[in-house]
Amino acid sequence: MFKTIANLRIGEKAFIEKLCLDNIPLKLLEMGCLPGIEVELIQKAPMHDPLYIKVNGSHIAIRRETAEKITIVY
Amino acid sequence: MVSNKVVKVALIGNPNTGKTSLFNQLTGLKQKVGNYPGITVEKKQGICKLNETVKAEVTDLPGTYSINPTSLDETLVLDTLLNENNSSFPDVIVVVVEIENIKRNLLLFTQIKDLKIPTILVINMVDQMKRKGIDIDVKQLEAKLNTKIVLASARKKIGIEELKTAILEYEKLDITSIGKITNRIDKEYFTRLKNAFKEFSLYKSWLLITQNIEFDFLNENQKKLVLKYREDLDCIKRYQHKETILRYQIINEVLKDTLKVDKSKASDLRGILDRVLTHRVFGYIIFAAILLFIFQGIFSWATYPMDLIDSAFANLSSWVKTVLPKGTFTNLIAEGVIPGIGGILIFIPQIAILFTFISILEETGYMSRVVFLMDKIMRKFGMSGKSVIPLISGTACAIPAIMASRNISSWKERLITILVIPFTTCSARLPVYAILIALIIPDKRVLGFLNLQGLTMMVLYLLGFTAAILSAILLHNVLEIKSKSLFVIEMPNYKIPSIKNIFHEVVEKTKAFIFGAGKIILAISIILWFLASNGPSKFKNAEQFITSKEEVKDLSKVAIQKKIASYKLEHSYIGYMGKSIEPVIEPMGYDWKIGIALISSFAAREVFVGALATIYNVDSDENVGTIKERMAAEVNPETGKKRFDFPTGISLMLFYAFAMQCVGTLAIVKRETNSWKWPILQLVGMGLLAYISAVIAFNIFS
Repeated sequence: MFKTIANLRIGEKAFIEKLCLDNIPLKLLEMGCLPGIEVELIQKAPMHDPLYIKVNGSHIAIRRETAEKITIVY
Repeated sequence: MVSNKVVKVALIGNPNTGKTSLFNQLTGLKQKVGNYPGITVEKKQGICKLNETVKAEVTDLPGTYSINPTSLDETLVLDTLLNENNSSFPDVIVVVVEIENIKRNLLLFTQIKDLKIPTILVINMVDQMKRKGIDIDVKQLEAKLNTKIVLASARKKIGIEELKTAILEYEKLDITSIGKITNRIDKEYFTRLKNAFKEFSLYKSWLLITQNIEFDFLNENQKKLVLKYREDLDCIKRYQHKETILRYQIINEVLKDTLKVDKSKASDLRGILDRVLTHRVFGYIIFAAILLFIFQGIFSWATYPMDLIDSAFANLSSWVKTVLPKGTFTNLIAEGVIPGIGGILIFIPQIAILFTFISILEETGYMSRVVFLMDKIMRKFGMSGKSVIPLISGTACAIPAIMASRNISSWKERLITILVIPFTTCSARLPVYAILIALIIPDKRVLGFLNLQGLTMMVLYLLGFTAAILSAILLHNVLEIKSKSLFVIEMPNYKIPSIKNIFHEVVEKTKAFIFGAGKIILAISIILWFLASNGPSKFKNAEQFITSKEEVKDLSKVAIQKKIASYKLEHSYIGYMGKSIEPVIEPMGYDWKIGIALISSFAAREVFVGALATIYNVDSDENVGTIKERMAAEVNPETGKKRFDFPTGISLMLFYAFAMQCVGTLAIVKRETNSWKWPILQLVGMGLLAYISAVIAFNIFS
């Protein structure tokens, strides 16, 4: 099974492996969400959606459906 | 000496970089807010004196993360920078970056740099460098980025003069771009592109083909060519991704030796605040408490200045009547113009207070946390977390709120937000509610600390929000629109709000409201006065008719005058208009006088109070008391009871809570949705709901 950002626990860190380019908004890449970059899950909103992540120095919130398309490696 | 040279400067940067603070520092109060041609995005411009002979015309472009637009605001940034015929096309671009997010902020800078326009880099908030353990090698960074760097702290007025000097010397700036990105993506493809658009720079051509926008400045041939390139969408998308990855590689390379961050010095205040403010329980409690505080604040604080304005204008009116000679002109001033202007100015306290709160919440960075907390919940109603800000702004005025929905990237979520915003209690409803509450709800305290009138106001707000949510659920299930969501929001660092920025924001918004809505209100007040003081033959013969009647013989002179005035109003043009709709509004408990106010408030809700003021002003023989006192004295001739009794008051409040009575909002919905379908749906749907609930309420309570 692939692990994605959506599988992270609060405070856990991992590296972005691949982004499924067709479904990922360009804006997310432009905010620093790139392959090989470390990502940390800071907070989950109630009902586990959206997710508040720190990546490349940027603090951003994305929806779960987007997070599920970004695979990670530890 | 006369200033004779003007340098055009464009300020550009990510949101939350302090760009607006810098703009305020550069231009001071010499700002003007205009609209971009054809659309209503605000265009902020100001003049800054660089030296004795040279001035700068500074344009504050909307905040954007990249030059690739995902919203209407960002599209404007692109158009300003690509279209050389645009009146704001810059001689020099100032890119503002923030010290803490320098890496991400530089992405935009490297894109701008490729446009071959002279560019200055401002690193803002440098006063926090030491505290945050950040160290920058400016000389080396300037060399690597081929640019002039200004270290600034807009809030502390550091670096402003240096920036002015840099702008003066813009012609010396190096316009070479950084790293040959296009070659590294696909050399062959970009050589072809370069030859296809010889007249443009390569990066500009690339932007022209990657954006799904029709650029008006292109000629027919160029437009065709652009469309041809856009056909290969997969390729464009792939190359855009590659471009971004390469840009970050270059930025990382540049920053490796020039930026040092001592992580041990980073404080975790942000982390602590985030844990509390986005907590699954405390987060909501805090948000609810803030909302409650805002609403109680608006109602209790604003009452004092509002009462003051109200009575000041009532006094002014009577004073004018005693000073000026009697006649039509005096009546126009005292009964038309003065109450009209008073009816506009009375909003200032509430609007200013509300905008102050909203801009504080935005400035501190708290609003993004609200978006985060509310997104999932709002999605259940077919909206987005980003809909929360427009819905809260809607409590000031629906017009800016609808425009604030532009950053919602999913069309369905945005449309639903636009459609339900008019249900939120805007400040135009406040005077209507305020006067009705004062008339029918006793000024008592319950549970020791809650004011009953304030509580009623809160119930009305909740009613508006409930109506908005319920209709959103309905629309969510009915509308069949498929649209992609691009929900990505930045969670900015917490900041202490700048008083100057808030002041500018509040003044600007209040001014926009007064001059926008104010014109309508004033015009309608004057028209109303005319319709109420003129009429067909019965109106003209009123005096003769009344005095010739048998029963008035024994009455005093004052009483006879009163009878004449009320007969006149009944037979004036507006009297006939009110009477003609009386059968329709009677089930709601209204008479023809309220009918007049209802008709006039169709242009804007707040006119209701002004209209009643005019009506009862014409109706009464003397100018005694405020609008409220005159309304309280009004008696229903059929029942002998007060006209504004409990059932009628409740019915009116419900009517105003639900009805779509605002021409301005309808116009903006038409413009934003580009269709008459949606404003008509709002008008009919909300109107029916208002009518039915008002009828039901009136019958239950009477």
